[in-house]
Amino acid sequence: MSKAICGHRTASGKQQTGTLNMLTRRDFLTAGAATLAMTAGSPRWSAAAEPIRIGEINSYSGLPAFTLPYRNGWQLAVEEINAAGGVLGRPLEVISRDDGGKPGDAVTAANELLSREKAALLVGTFFSHVGLAVADLANQKKVLFVAAEPLSDALTWEKGNRYTFRLRPNVSMQAGMLAEEAAKLKAKRWASIAPNYEYGQSAVAAFKRLMAARRPDIEWVAEQWPALGKLDPGPTVQVLAEAKPEAIFNVTFAADLTKFVREGQTRGLFKDREVVSLLTGEPEYLDPLGAEAPIGWIVTGYPWYEIDTPRHQAFLAAYQARFSDYPRLGSVVGYAAMKSVAAIITRAGKVDSELMVEAAKGVTLETPFDEIMYRSLDHQSTLGAYVGRTALRDGKGVMVNWRYADGAAYLPGAAEVAKLRPAR
Amino acid sequence: MAFVVIQFLNGLASAADLFLVSAGLSIIFGVTRIVNFAHGSFYMLGAYLAFTLVEGVVGPALGFWPGIVAAAVAVAILGGLLEVTLLRRIYQAPELFQLLATFGVVLIVQDLVLLVWGPEDRIGPRAPGLEGAVSLLGHQFPRYDLFLIALGPIVLGALFLLFRRTRWGILVRAATQDREMAAALGVNERWLFTSVFVLGAFLAGLGGAVQLPREAVHHTMDLEIIVEAFVVVVIGGLGSVTGAFLASIILAELNAFGIVIFPEVTLVLVFLVMAVVLVIRPTGLLGRPEFAIRAASGVAEPPITPQSEAARNWVFAGVLGLAVLPVVADAYVLSVATEIMIFVLFAISLQFLMGISGMVSFGHAASFGLGAYGAALMIKHAGAPMELAFLAGIGLAALGALVIGWFCVRLTGVYLAMLTLAFAQIAWSVAFQWYGVTGGDNGILGVWPAAWAASPIVFFYLTLAVTTLALVILRRIIFAPFGFGLRACRDSVLRAEAIGIDRRQVQWLGFAVAGAFAGVAGALYAFLKGSVFPDVLAVPVSVDGLVMVLLGGIQRLNGPIVGALVYKLLQIVLASYTDYWRLVIGVIIIGLVVAFPQGIVGFFGTRLDALLVQRRNSP
Repeated sequence: MSKAICGHRTASGKQQTGTLNMLTRRDFLTAGAATLAMTAGSPRWSAAAEPIRIGEINSYSGLPAFTLPYRNGWQLAVEEINAAGGVLGRPLEVISRDDGGKPGDAVTAANELLSREKAALLVGTFFSHVGLAVADLANQKKVLFVAAEPLSDALTWEKGNRYTFRLRPNVSMQAGMLAEEAAKLKAKRWASIAPNYEYGQSAVAAFKRLMAARRPDIEWVAEQWPALGKLDPGPTVQVLAEAKPEAIFNVTFAADLTKFVREGQTRGLFKDREVVSLLTGEPEYLDPLGAEAPIGWIVTGYPWYEIDTPRHQAFLAAYQARFSDYPRLGSVVGYAAMKSVAAIITRAGKVDSELMVEAAKGVTLETPFDEIMYRSLDHQSTLGAYVGRTALRDGKGVMVNWRYADGAAYLPGAAEVAKLRPAR
Repeated sequence: MAFVVIQFLNGLASAADLFLVSAGLSIIFGVTRIVNFAHGSFYMLGAYLAFTLVEGVVGPALGFWPGIVAAAVAVAILGGLLEVTLLRRIYQAPELFQLLATFGVVLIVQDLVLLVWGPEDRIGPRAPGLEGAVSLLGHQFPRYDLFLIALGPIVLGALFLLFRRTRWGILVRAATQDREMAAALGVNERWLFTSVFVLGAFLAGLGGAVQLPREAVHHTMDLEIIVEAFVVVVIGGLGSVTGAFLASIILAELNAFGIVIFPEVTLVLVFLVMAVVLVIRPTGLLGRPEFAIRAASGVAEPPITPQSEAARNWVFAGVLGLAVLPVVADAYVLSVATEIMIFVLFAISLQFLMGISGMVSFGHAASFGLGAYGAALMIKHAGAPMELAFLAGIGLAALGALVIGWFCVRLTGVYLAMLTLAFAQIAWSVAFQWYGVTGGDNGILGVWPAAWAASPIVFFYLTLAVTTLALVILRRIIFAPFGFGLRACRDSVLRAEAIGIDRRQVQWLGFAVAGAFAGVAGALYAFLKGSVFPDVLAVPVSVDGLVMVLLGGIQRLNGPIVGALVYKLLQIVLASYTDYWRLVIGVIIIGLVVAFPQGIVGFFGTRLDALLVQRRNSP
């Protein structure tokens, strides 16, 4: 995310329209949760069933294209959980805050959620550095933190801590899924383009490392590192074309991806070239491209329109009924994150940080993709991703020939984790 | 060779857009002296409106070219409305104060765009007739880029004719050179300012609109262009359209060829170029040094006097009130109060630099961030205790300010401000990319206070003590001979030097003092948050500081205290209650700007003073 001039932090969640009066707002929140529960046809909570308060933080104003569907996802999950009787006989109540994409503000919000709103645990975050800041706070305060989206390897490995668990497959896992496909290509001359920050750099490094193991014969002939949000399309595409690569590994996303794709297509950069691209198959990034979506790229993503497993069908139907919109990947992440929270609390049997941390190790649950487990080894979930090729259908980009890559297959074993994750 | 030619053309195409935006910015600044933060918003609105009009989302689809022009015209009208309804009210305020109003507009537009057009990126159509590419020296070169390459010189030529061949242009040039003289000769300033704003907004809107076939239209376009546009304006020389043209080509070409040799340079290139240009040519390539000698002070203010007893009692009561806060407040309120005090300290140090020393900084985050990093690095790499790390933070910030200040005191006005920004961005990119030492953008974790200061109450008292002490020391400095020297250099360089004050020496030291105190705030911030990321060095921190100082009243000793309190409190409280934080705070800022053109404390202070004088004079 770009370093914006204007800081901003906003709260979110539809239950967040209280007045400045703290008491009023809290009453209102509880009332809101109760209303939700009733509309979903759930049992009325007895007076004793005090809600379990979940503190949720994400970059709602910083990256709304991802985080708004994400919010829909966790709201759906909360409604389902409460309609089914809640957790340990108590409803879940989520108090949501916006970090505006800034780690310092995320810490402020986390402090508020913990000490003022008495949240039992923290969940959420999008950007890696924000996730790391909240993870460190969780470690300091000894509370459970379920990181939903941050992709940095460091979150569960190099800088992993006892209290932090992560849902989404990290950069290395996703690079591994792509490298598996990329290694089958004939291409020997490769170029890379990635945003100039940790996410981009670690993705390229991981992909290169994994490719080197499978294909010692390939060489890297060019690399481009545009600053996030500042990709200068003409010159960048020209430099890549000049190196005459046979294949390109792309990590850019959002607006940079759009510029890169449009310029690359005009200049014929992708003609007769393989492109392997991280996250590009996610509706968040593929759909805005419309009819200009690239064709034949190998991507990770989320082909919601074709996944016909019963667990996904159920999720899709519920989501579309609730929001009259199709789910994005963010929706699945939000949904699975809140289901993870419920599963962890249920397994712990008590709302207690230490018990919940122990319960989180090895907890299993159903997600719209697959059954997943949070490994006790490194606190990483085994959620996977869909890998396939892009195509154009009815003037829209879609994924075809996809498969689900189970995250477990791309995670290192105990010996390697011991090296990656220093004991503290 | 073919590659070099093609890459040069690519650079020219990229330059066109930068030129359109920065030309408008430069013209507006030249005439009105407004540092128009909202110029990026004009650019973004241009793109969104063009998307809407071309695609016919609302009303009939106009088609590509009419849609582009209509969007630019619409933005021009918006710019004119902004000038008439808002800026016109505050021209009499101290210089730079208008910046605050435009910042409020930036915030409002950001949320409005989200409300109107939704969160997803939009893709406009290709330009009819200019789709696809032509074969050029064996390369595929987009037709549309040829159009952009032509557009730059065409606009430059049109502006040249406008300024040289029309009466309006002559008036604009006159006002750019000497606003007071132009006004004295009977030029209708109101009309001139409005029309200049309309033209500037038109160019920005056009710049955004012509991106339609290349870019995704998205809601961070404003911030992505605005800083770069300022850099172009400053490199070219404030108020010089030709300078902006040259500078945009230089920047775009350096980028086009820079990424061939050193792809990582993208992060910092523009700021490196600006720093080098400003060090060599203190007024940019084609700028003239005649204006902006007293950038921050504006109309003659009564000199700062030691606080009246009443004011001192108020401050004393405030400190006392804070001291009993832990009795009634919970841990969260304490942590918020701690954060606000830290920003009060930061704002005070910036006010010392801007208000007292007359050196406007757009890069005060450098000192704040170096303070935070100094402390964090000491803990991470030396395992030092908190106390030592704290001192290291102050030391690093002071050292950084000495280095940055040495260059900056050679400049004045907005050029000085932009050089501070350049250094802050360079510091930011070092922190961002030097993984081995700073941890890059993954930052430094585990910077928690020592065990004795870990509880929110103790850390609150620690911050209160440090902030109060810093406040007292800064007050002492302001009323010491050194402080008088600083103010003398601010108000009249010639007279100050005539009575034997070494201006550069004094200002350099003033810069370092301000940096050290900002470093104190930064170090405290690191321990409050427990982690340090490059964000602490980034533009938003500098802007927040500016907003706090201007909001409170730049010439008032207690201004930054009130400004920081109001702004930070609004930020934190509103963030908990609304999704549209930016919209609300933008409206509030604009309301405050219109209501208190001297800043909040400036406004009440002036009335309070008048009241006191009245009472003293009455029998």
